[in-house]
Amino acid sequence: MTQAVATDLVDRLWSAVSSGDEYAAAGVVFGALNDGLAAEDALLDVIAPVQAKVGREWAANRISVAQEHAATAINDRVIAAMAHHQVTRVESRLGRVVVACIDGEWHALPARLLAEVLRLRGWQVEFLGAKVPAQHLIAHLHLTGPDAVALSSSIATRLPTAHATITACQAAGVPVLAGGAAFGPDGRYARLLGANAWAPDARRAADLLADGLRPAVAHQPIDDLPHLADQEYTTVARNARSLVKQTMADLTARLPAMAEYTPQQLEHTAEDIAQIVDFLATALYVDSADLFTGFLRWTADILAARGVPGRVLLPTLDVLALRLKDFTRVSRLLKEASDDLDGVL
Amino acid sequence: MGLADGEYGSVMRAAPSPVLVVGSNGDVLELNEAAAALFTIGRPGLPLDDVVPSWLAQANRQNVREPVRGLIAGRDFQALAVPLGSAVAWWLFDVTDHQRTKRLLEAERERTAFLVHASTLLLSSMNLGRCMDITAQLAAEYLADAAVVILPPKLNTLTMVWHERGGRPVREVLVADPASVPGLDVALKGFPPVPSRWIDPASVAAWVIPGGFGPIGSVAVVPLPGQGVPAGALVLLRKSNRAVFSEDEEVVARLFAARAGAAIATARLYAEQASITEVLMRDLVPPRLEHAGGIEFAGGYLPSGAADRVSGDFYDLHPAGRESFLVLGDVCGKGLEAAAMTGKIRNTLHALLPLASNHQRILTMLNSALLSSRHTRFATLVLVSAVREEPRVRLRLTNAGHLPPLIVRNDGSVEEARTQGSLVGVLPEVHANTAVVHLEPGESCVLYTDGVTEARGGPLGDAFFGEARLADALTECAGIPSEAIVERVQVLATQWIGDNHHDDIAVVAITAPRHQEAR
Repeated sequence: MTQAVATDLVDRLWSAVSSGDEYAAAGVVFGALNDGLAAEDALLDVIAPVQAKVGREWAANRISVAQEHAATAINDRVIAAMAHHQVTRVESRLGRVVVACIDGEWHALPARLLAEVLRLRGWQVEFLGAKVPAQHLIAHLHLTGPDAVALSSSIATRLPTAHATITACQAAGVPVLAGGAAFGPDGRYARLLGANAWAPDARRAADLLADGLRPAVAHQPIDDLPHLADQEYTTVARNARSLVKQTMADLTARLPAMAEYTPQQLEHTAEDIAQIVDFLATALYVDSADLFTGFLRWTADILAARGVPGRVLLPTLDVLALRLKDFTRVSRLLKEASDDLDGVL
Repeated sequence: MGLADGEYGSVMRAAPSPVLVVGSNGDVLELNEAAAALFTIGRPGLPLDDVVPSWLAQANRQNVREPVRGLIAGRDFQALAVPLGSAVAWWLFDVTDHQRTKRLLEAERERTAFLVHASTLLLSSMNLGRCMDITAQLAAEYLADAAVVILPPKLNTLTMVWHERGGRPVREVLVADPASVPGLDVALKGFPPVPSRWIDPASVAAWVIPGGFGPIGSVAVVPLPGQGVPAGALVLLRKSNRAVFSEDEEVVARLFAARAGAAIATARLYAEQASITEVLMRDLVPPRLEHAGGIEFAGGYLPSGAADRVSGDFYDLHPAGRESFLVLGDVCGKGLEAAAMTGKIRNTLHALLPLASNHQRILTMLNSALLSSRHTRFATLVLVSAVREEPRVRLRLTNAGHLPPLIVRNDGSVEEARTQGSLVGVLPEVHANTAVVHLEPGESCVLYTDGVTEARGGPLGDAFFGEARLADALTECAGIPSEAIVERVQVLATQWIGDNHHDDIAVVAITAPRHQEAR
C-alpha cells in the first residue's frame, strides 16, 4: 500500500466515522480488503490512524467527548464487522495470550486492535476489554494459564494500579507485556514497574510475543520503588479530595474573580484541581518530574485550544506548594513544574 | 613457671598431630609419634618423597607456605609448613570429619533451596497445566534426567506432561492403560499409600518415555499425594542405571511429591469450583446486548464490589419476532443473593413473553410470582417493547417504581418518558401506565439504575452525581450510537466516583439508527 493510498483510505474512513455512518465506514475498510489490503494493515494503517485523529480532534476542541465516544464506537463496530471477512479467518497455531485494559482504563480500542493483530498472527487471544479488575484478571489467568498477558493503559494516573496488576500477573507465573501511552513514549514506566516487555505499537508487540517473553519472576511491588518509603505518595493520594477542597478555599481567598463563578464553573475548577492532584500523586509514585510537567504542558495546550490561558494553572501550583511545603519530593516536583510552565507560557 | 628447654622436644613428640621435620636437602630429619604411626615406613634420613604422598613432597619442594590439602592413607589431611631455621616442620591435621560435615551441610542447603524454590513456584499458580509443567520441570532438573507428570485417568485417557532436562514441557492427552507401567495404577489411585518404587526399565511401556530420550537406565514411579483425592503420579527417568535414591534423595523426593501433589490437587479443585461458578453465573450475568430488528441496543454493567460479577441490577433483551422486549431492573439488596433473585425475575419474564403486548398483565403476574416466593425482596423495573417503523422506532415503556426512562432527542433536549407505576413484590396489586414514545433516527431512550444518579464523589468527594448531571451529559449525546451513550454515562459515573465505594450500576441505551445499511 502506497502512502497516497493509505492517506486516502484514512481520509475516507475519518469522514465516515466522524459523520457516525458505520455502513460507510465498514464499506471503506471492506473495499480496501477486497482490493487486497492485508487485514493487519487495515487495522494498523487505516483504523488506528483514524482513532488517533479522533483523540487529536478532541484535544483541539473540534469535537466533543460524546463525539469522541461515538467515533470510537463506529471504529469498534468496523473491527467487529471485519471478523466476518474471509481474510481475517486464521487458524490459531501459536500459544494463548490474554489482552486486557488496566482497571479504570476505558480506552479499549488500542487493546482491541492488538488483540485482533495477534489473532491474525495465529495466537489464541482472549480479549477481556476495558477496565478489568485485577481480581478478575488473576482468576482468569489461573483458569486459562496463558503464555503471556498484554496490559494496556493510556492514562498515566492508572500507573499505580498498573503496577499492582503487573506484579500480580507475574506472581501468578504469567509474564506481562505492557503498552499504551501511560507507560511513557519510551516505555520507561513499563520498565520501572517491572513489566517483562514493552512495545510502542501493536506490530512490535506481536513481534516481541513471537520471540517469547522472559519468564515471569515473582517479586514484591515495593522492590521496584524504594522511594515510596517516604510515604509522600501515600499521603497525597489518601488525602487527595480534602487537598482539593483546601486548594479551592485558598484559591478563592487569593483570586477575587472566583467569587463570581457559577456553580458549574466552580465544579470545573475543582475537577481541574483534582486532576492536577491525581497526576502529582502519580508523579510521586513513579518519582518522575517529567510525568508531572508533561501533564501540565498538555493541560495548558488543551486549555489554550478552549480559549483559556494556561497561566490559570500557576496559582493552583503555588497554593499546593504552600500546603505541602513539608514534603521534600512534592515541593521539588511542584517547583520544577511551575518553573517549566512559566518558561513555556 | 614454664617448661625447661629440653622438655619442648618431648611435648612435640607426644603431640596428637603428626609432625615431620624436613631438612633443606629434602630428607626427613624427625617424625613425632603420631607421624610415625601414620607413615609406618618413615624414619629420619629417608628422602621425603619415599615417605609421604607426592602432593606433600611437591609442596615441600616448592616451599609452599599456605595450608595444602590431600589424602593420606585414605583420609583427608591439611598440611601446614612452619620454618625452623633452614629446616621445615610440616604439621598435619586430619580434616576428614570436618570435610564430611561441610559436604553434608552444603547438600542440606541445596535441598532446602530446592524445596523452597519448588514451593515458591508451585504456590504461584492455581492453573492445573502450569502446576504440572512446574512439577515435571523441577523433577527433571533435580531428581532425574526426565520426568513425566500423569493425572489420574478420566475414562480411558491420561493427561500428562513430559519434561526432559534443558527442554520445554510437552503436554499430551492419550489413550493408554496405566497398568502397562508397574506400580503406576496404584500410584494414580492414591490409595493405599505406596512409597516411590524403582521398576525394571524393560517393563515400562513406550508411551511414558519422551520421544528422542534414548535408552533409559532406571525408572521410578513416585505417587503425588493429593488432599483426600489422588493428584497423580510422577515418573522419573534416568539415563544411568543407578536405580536407587540415596537416603537423602528419598526424603527430598517425598517432600517434593507432597508439595507438588498439594499444588496439583488445589489447582484441580479451583478449576472445578470455577467451572461450577461459571455455569451457575451464566444466566445471572447481564447479556451482551446486540442490535436486533433494526434497532440498536447497548448495555453496560458495573457490580458494586470489584470482585463481583453479578449483583442486584439486571437487564435482558428478547428479540422476539417483530417486537423486541427489553427489561432493566434493580432488586433490593446486592451481592449474590440479590443476583439469584434477578435470575428468578428474568426467568419469569422470559416465560411471560407471549403476554408482551400487555405490560400491565406481565407486571401483575410477576408480582404474584414474587409475592408467593419465600424471598422477601422487591424490585423496580422498566419494561420496553421496541419495534422498528422505518425510519423511526416505536417504544412502549412501562415503569414499575423505577427511575424514569430518559429520551434523548436530536436537538439535545432530554425528556422523561411519561410512565409511572408501583414496584413489584410488595403489594398484592400493581398498577402502572404505559407510555408510547417514537424515536427519530439518531434519537435514544436511556434506562439506568440508581447506581448512576446516587453515585457519590466528584472532585470534592462528597456530592451526588444526580439527575441534573446525567441529563446534561445526555444532552451532549444527541445523535450518537447506543454503545457510545452507555460508555459515556459509565465513564462519567465512574470518574465521579473515583476511589469511593459505589452501588451497582446498569445502563441501557435503545437507539434508532441514524444511517441505513446500503442495500
